[in-house]
Amino acid sequence: MLQITNLHANVGDQPILKGLTLSLGAGEIHAIMGPNGAGKSTLGYVLSGRPGYEVTEGEVWFTPHVFPGEGRGPEPKTEDSSAALDPGLRRGTQGPINLLDLEPHERAAAGLFLGFQYPVEIPGVSNVQFLREALNAQRKNRGEAPLSGAEFLKVAREQAGALGMDMDMLKRPVNVGFSGGEKKRNEMVQMGIINPALAILDETDSGLDIDALRIVGDGINRIMRKPDKAVLLITHYQRLLDYVKPDFVHVLADGRITRSGGPELALELEREGYRELAA
Amino acid sequence: MNDDMDFKDKAAWDAADRVADYEHGWSSDIETDFAPKGLTEDTVRFISAKKNEPEWMLEWRLKAFASWKTMTPPDWAKLNVPPIDYQDAYYYAEPKAKPKLGSLDEVDPEILRIYEKLGIPIAEQEVLAGVEGARRVAVDAVFDSVSVATTFRAELERAGVIFRSISEAIKEYPELVKKWLGKIVPMRDNYFATLNCAVFSDGTFVYIPEGVRCPMELSTYFRINAENTGQFERTLIIADKGSYVSYLEGCTAPMRDENQLHAAVVELVVLDDAEIKYSTVQNWYPGDAEGKGGIYNFVTKRALCQGRNSKVSWTQVETGSAVTWKYPSCVLNGENSVGEFYSVAVTNNYQQADTGTKMIHNGKGSRSTIVSKGISAGHSNNTYRGLVRVAPNAEGVRNFTQCDSLLLGSLSGAHTVPYIEVRNPSAQIEHEATTSKISDDQMFYAQARGLNAEEAVALIVNGFAKEVLQQLPMEFAVEAQKLLGISLEGSVG
Ligand SMILES: Nc1ncnc2c1ncn2[C@@H]1O[C@H](COP(=O)(O)OP(=O)(O)OP(=O)(O)O)[C@@H](O)[C@H]1O
Ligand SMILES: [Mg+2]
Repeated sequence: MLQITNLHANVGDQPILKGLTLSLGAGEIHAIMGPNGAGKSTLGYVLSGRPGYEVTEGEVWFTPHVFPGEGRGPEPKTEDSSAALDPGLRRGTQGPINLLDLEPHERAAAGLFLGFQYPVEIPGVSNVQFLREALNAQRKNRGEAPLSGAEFLKVAREQAGALGMDMDMLKRPVNVGFSGGEKKRNEMVQMGIINPALAILDETDSGLDIDALRIVGDGINRIMRKPDKAVLLITHYQRLLDYVKPDFVHVLADGRITRSGGPELALELEREGYRELAA
Repeated sequence: MNDDMDFKDKAAWDAADRVADYEHGWSSDIETDFAPKGLTEDTVRFISAKKNEPEWMLEWRLKAFASWKTMTPPDWAKLNVPPIDYQDAYYYAEPKAKPKLGSLDEVDPEILRIYEKLGIPIAEQEVLAGVEGARRVAVDAVFDSVSVATTFRAELERAGVIFRSISEAIKEYPELVKKWLGKIVPMRDNYFATLNCAVFSDGTFVYIPEGVRCPMELSTYFRINAENTGQFERTLIIADKGSYVSYLEGCTAPMRDENQLHAAVVELVVLDDAEIKYSTVQNWYPGDAEGKGGIYNFVTKRALCQGRNSKVSWTQVETGSAVTWKYPSCVLNGENSVGEFYSVAVTNNYQQADTGTKMIHNGKGSRSTIVSKGISAGHSNNTYRGLVRVAPNAEGVRNFTQCDSLLLGSLSGAHTVPYIEVRNPSAQIEHEATTSKISDDQMFYAQARGLNAEEAVALIVNGFAKEVLQQLPMEFAVEAQKLLGISLEGSVG
């Protein structure tokens, strides 16, 4: 589903990713662990196309298997399809996409979701308005008809409910005045509503209380544990992995994957720390 | 204005030239479309004659004109405006086929189309037929210098509301007009207001009688259409004791290479326990991306809160014009009177705006709220200028002012110039000001969720302006939101 080959990227003039290779198959959950400053968030930003993160070498191919709009809302209208940015973004197209060719919003439309380590506040814009506009922008780029207000609210209510967030919170401005944990939970509500094919979750577990961690863990499983989806879970702690069982665990250090293994690698890291493992 | 004017509308110009060349002078030819170019006492007489005005009105105009000749334009605003050649413009333009007042049948379909776009149904029959979702808004449409249509007259009249073009009101209600015209904005108030007194062409008159809540929103729609023509409209709204009216003003102008002058005067009078809510969406042509063309918008708007507990709320969304010079103000004479000013001003490319308000607290216990949101992009300059004045014997005055500026890019300017003059120690005055930039974090967050760069800017800017936008009546709010996005197009790379 995602094939990253020899990825090099600079932030400003500083090389941060230095030949990173990683492959995610459909139905898989991969955890990425690694020391502070190793380049984990940078990887998420580079994959999402953040301006200022310049790829100097390498390739990223993305094969979204299922489109987020599938089975939800009206079928695409033929005249809408012509408005789509790229035929590759349309539903039903199965071929791999060169992810690095796309603008950030096109990557989102193609089915990529980034859960932010530090979710951003947007004053004056309610969560509902933000997500509805974002979702409909994605749908437009995929040649799908927009969701009506009522259709959208139904989805939003379901997802917020499943993650234990009340509707009042959805009506508040995006992340403004939210606690650290509430922001992370809100990222998961957004993921539920957007329903992506591939999610990169950057330290979604940090800042969550014990109950919230379980709720978020269940949410990730419910939304993303599907044969045609994949997750890249960036975390520092085993406790999230108790809820979301990874198929693979990787160590990212100094801009590269330095070790890969099964779920047992995370336990080993927790015991030994990174220093011991740095090969 | 421009030397090398490119006259596109040849026919109109030829007609104007013919009139100008006519050996017996133009004032005899009442069928003309344009007043001859330039500004003299004869121009003033021409306009007055065109309107069949009573003698007192002509005298008033001539007095204003004589004053104006001795005055100079204000130079204190943070605006860079090339000298305007007042002789190189037309002061009166009238649509050739003038439809009967009060009938929409012959109104330029363009006007109807734009109203449709604004979401404001002006076709009465549609609304009367109960078309779903249609809201009742009575409309006075001013096209160049003439009011072309006023709707819902009969129904308003049953409620006792007078809603007329100002030209009609001068003839039909001379006592009311005489009583208030020029009393809120004095004839010699400022250069542009005085010019307006001399040459105002049309505009709107509203009277809401005692105890009447106006049964629908009233609206004037202004459009400058003719080339090289100034527009000088004049609005007078009188809210008698215990009455209420919500009034909307919208405006557009086509794209022209030369600059066009718009110098309006709006006067509001509010008596005991009455309220006027005045909303403007100003979308005059702003000029092109290089700063060529666009409207010079020099407007004087003032409200006299004369009565006890009287209230005026100004809401403005200013996205257009090459230059905006505008300070909707409240003179709060009445005890416990209330003044509000909510403003969003967007400047992009080479636009310049110097806008704000004056809250003059003369009444005991009078209160005012000022919320100003300035958004500057491109090479533009955006200034908030506001005065809060408290008179010596005005006890218990309160004011709250909040001025927020948002910058897009690094070439634009935002400025805040507050003047606070307090002569009574019991006054409570609060002033808050912030300046911020759209952050890369916000932009990327929105883009990562699926919005393109322009959609992301529009969303963030709308959030920034929300406090003001939510003051607007529903239809205007939707249009204003779209306008904010459109006016910032091209401001992100
Ligand atoms: N704008 C920038 N300019 C220069 N260096 C930067 C910039 N942004 C990030 N870096 C550097 O890039 C490196 C990788 O940062 P990144 O945020 O990807 O680390 P991380 O692995 O996510 O760490 P953490 O576990 O602390 O979240 C760090 O050394 C950081 O200081
Ligand atoms: Mg990080």
